[in-house]
Amino acid sequence: MSGHSYDAEQYWKANLRLIFGSLIVWALCSYGFAILLRPALSGIAIGGTDLGFWFAQQGSILTFIALIFHYAWRMNRLDKKFGVDEE
Amino acid sequence: MSQFAINIMFVGASFLIYILIAVWAKAGSTKDFYVAGGGVHPVTNGMAIGADWMSAASFISMAGIIAAGGYASSAYLMGWTGGYVLLAMLLAPYLRKFGKFTVPEFIGDRFYSKNARLVAVLCLIIASLTYVIGQMAGAGVAFSRFLEVDATTGLIIAAVVIFIYSVLGGMKGITYTQVAQYCVLILAYTIPAVFISLQLTGNPIPAVGLFSTHIDSGMPILDKLNQIITDVGFREYSADVDSHLNMVLFTLTLMIGTAGLPHVIIRFFTVPKVADARWSAGWALVFIALLYLTAPAVASMARLNLMTTIYPDGTAAQPIQYDERPNWIKEWEVTGLIEFTDKNDDGRIQLYNDDSSEEGQAFQAEAESRGWEGNELEVNRDILVLANPEIANLPGWVIGLIAAGGLAAALSTAAGLLLAISSAISHDLIKRSINPAITEKGELLAARISMAVAIVVATYLGANPPGFAAQVVALAFGIAAASLFPALMMGIFSKRINNKGAVAGMLCGLIFTLSYIFVYKGWFFIPGTANLADTAENWVLGISPLSIGSIGAIVNFAVAFAVSNATEEPPVEIQELVESVRYPRGAGRAQDH
Repeated sequence: MSGHSYDAEQYWKANLRLIFGSLIVWALCSYGFAILLRPALSGIAIGGTDLGFWFAQQGSILTFIALIFHYAWRMNRLDKKFGVDEE
Repeated sequence: MSQFAINIMFVGASFLIYILIAVWAKAGSTKDFYVAGGGVHPVTNGMAIGADWMSAASFISMAGIIAAGGYASSAYLMGWTGGYVLLAMLLAPYLRKFGKFTVPEFIGDRFYSKNARLVAVLCLIIASLTYVIGQMAGAGVAFSRFLEVDATTGLIIAAVVIFIYSVLGGMKGITYTQVAQYCVLILAYTIPAVFISLQLTGNPIPAVGLFSTHIDSGMPILDKLNQIITDVGFREYSADVDSHLNMVLFTLTLMIGTAGLPHVIIRFFTVPKVADARWSAGWALVFIALLYLTAPAVASMARLNLMTTIYPDGTAAQPIQYDERPNWIKEWEVTGLIEFTDKNDDGRIQLYNDDSSEEGQAFQAEAESRGWEGNELEVNRDILVLANPEIANLPGWVIGLIAAGGLAAALSTAAGLLLAISSAISHDLIKRSINPAITEKGELLAARISMAVAIVVATYLGANPPGFAAQVVALAFGIAAASLFPALMMGIFSKRINNKGAVAGMLCGLIFTLSYIFVYKGWFFIPGTANLADTAENWVLGISPLSIGSIGAIVNFAVAFAVSNATEEPPVEIQELVESVRYPRGAGRAQDH
């Protein structure tokens, strides 16, 4: 494939948008809910502690897993749509 | 059968499996040696990444660190898992598409510069060597505790086993032994945790048990733990940290450091397709999370167990008599990892916070009124996981499994690191810098010799650890975060960064980060050469030397952009190279060179 075609550019932009969106969720769960926003969320109780503590020790890790699988799945579809997938 | 015989049996059987795999997976080419032939299934690779990643520190020390630090230690949990999101989206698929063998190779080719390649090799060797020393020392400790040989002998046995499967099989041997090692270590970690969770909460899943009700008190586990430790002057388990900024930067440093560590990145070169590199990252995190979601449960439950053992009738009543202490305390006293000193000669074990922290000072008056003259029980953090089966009264075979698991964690990570070091030497230094005319056979031999030398050096340093060996977190993650990660990311996401910008960026990030660490921890970690005491009051804006790698990364990005924009654009063929790594098609063909 030629690296400079219109489609290739669209593919790369779609990838960047997907990465950007994923990293917002990534940062929100870890730096946001688990650290900086923890005091604001302290009113939400979960199993003997607050929501921020849960995100710090469990929630963020579960979110990371979901983010990677979601990204891999969406990228596979993008690869096919733009015809850059491997045979 | 004696406990010793059981331990020998478990460790011996696991070692036999690793060696059989080595014989089966012998490397026939450099491609086998560096990237396991490039045909590893993504789930298999995910499991191998899990073992590669989870070191003796994850297996033995992490739960202890969390038990002592509570909420504040969550940075390790998030930092050492969040990096996989960055790997999956920012590095792994594109580096896989690039299709070569090592991390310095990408940096050298993309920035068309011998200097960039050499800086990357230097960073790789410092980060990986610091890391591997801890693994070797950890294997020595596991041997000495469970197999009753001294640590140096244990270390040599471990080195011989690694030697057999990594020199023979290279990445191919390492990949399949890592899969076996993952199975051993995850079973060893979770089985005792399941039993402890059942005993305390009735829930068989430790991660769920952590947020469940404590059977004995009817309170949630974390509430009960907070109550019992604050009663004797410790900081609340779920207490917030003093500096949010520092915790954010520390977590960020661990995340981008994880993503930039070469021994993790090279594992993504072993899968057949770009799409598989993305799936591998997901599977890797699933396998890692099985341990990382269990660790915080083990941490709080083990700490609660310890407290209720010492204060069986509650903290308001007297602690237990030293003579009535449970068996596991007696056994660990022999190793010196638990120490009791009867400071007030009352024959009882007073365990409380007598340090200079705010909470410790506030408890001082009450301690004195109860006739306590200082904390009497010193418990080494590392025993939490190792002593778990004994604390929970589990049968002897579980202890044997823990011994094999600790060794599996140390060996698998050590082998991955040693491969990263030896391939940087044989491929980047010998093949790509010194003697490009070397034959395939010659390079394979050079790779085996570099691996053998790396093992000898790591074993020697593991037995005689230099001062910097204790600084794995600061050094390895700091360097990977400040120098390698930004260079790799810019190499993929920017066509404008040129050779001068990349080299200047890496060097500035590296020097900035190391200098900040040295100011507080001593220049080159030589004792007595620190300019400032390593305490929160002295840190600039409250940023600890462990957290500085993320700032170093920003320095790297900024310098690289500034220098690149002030100098010429990269040549057209380099811009085309960047273009080509962005699209998956054609990954299979790019591999041979």
